Amino acid sequence: MASTHPAVQVAIGSARDLVQARQRGRELAGALGFSSTQATLIAAVISELARNIVEYAGSGEIILRADGDSGMVIAARDSGPGIADMQAALRPGFSTSGGLGLGLPGVRRIADRFEIESGTTGTVVTLTMRRR
Amino acid sequence: MAVPILKQGDTLIASIQSALSDADLLALRDALVDKVAALRIRGVIVDVTALDVLDSFASRTMRDIAHMIGLRGARTVIVGIQPEVAFAMVQLGLTLEDIPTALDLEEGLSFLARRR
Repeated sequence: MASTHPAVQVAIGSARDLVQARQRGRELAGALGFSSTQATLIAAVISELARNIVEYAGSGEIILRADGDSGMVIAARDSGPGIADMQAALRPGFSTSGGLGLGLPGVRRIADRFEIESGTTGTVVTLTMRRR
Repeated sequence: MAVPILKQGDTLIASIQSALSDADLLALRDALVDKVAALRIRGVIVDVTALDVLDSFASRTMRDIAHMIGLRGARTVIVGIQPEVAFAMVQLGLTLEDIPTALDLEEGLSFLARRR
């Protein structure tokens, strides 16, 4: 099943690319059998992650792929300056951009699996959603 | 993509027709705030039936629209939030705070009519 749905990569260079990223996410979620409700949640999460890329790193990419028979992986990758204080970034209500976005805790809460790697060469946020 | 804004009496109806970018949302906000003053508008309906998601940016822009229009002395109602969009908003902890919402355009119009 996974082989029939190749990974999708969407370049994020500005806020204009968000619409495309979440549409591609919704399409893949639909193709993988996610309900329209879950596909909407996935689209919203992609929007938040892609906006983080624009806001904190300038550019990067969203990578979407199937995970086994019942999951979807959403990864956001950038080559920005990295997250200086990871513990703070994962604390609800924390923001260095004036609290405009949802923040990582909001995204983490709805993910079945959440991983983040950040260093001086960039940040990768990877989350897995399971079909219900 | 610009959102068409119709005027019906002293009410404006903004019908979102497709997914909107952040820039589109800001353009909608600015157009509505301008028109409320220029056309002596009392009520504004924003129909989000066709919106694909209400993420943190869209939610905040809707709140801003309602608050700005409120300061100009008119009322705003958001109508047509789809069930899956509502589900995602709740899951993500997003809110429209105190902005009135209604099921659809018809309900939104009657909400405004009751508050004359």
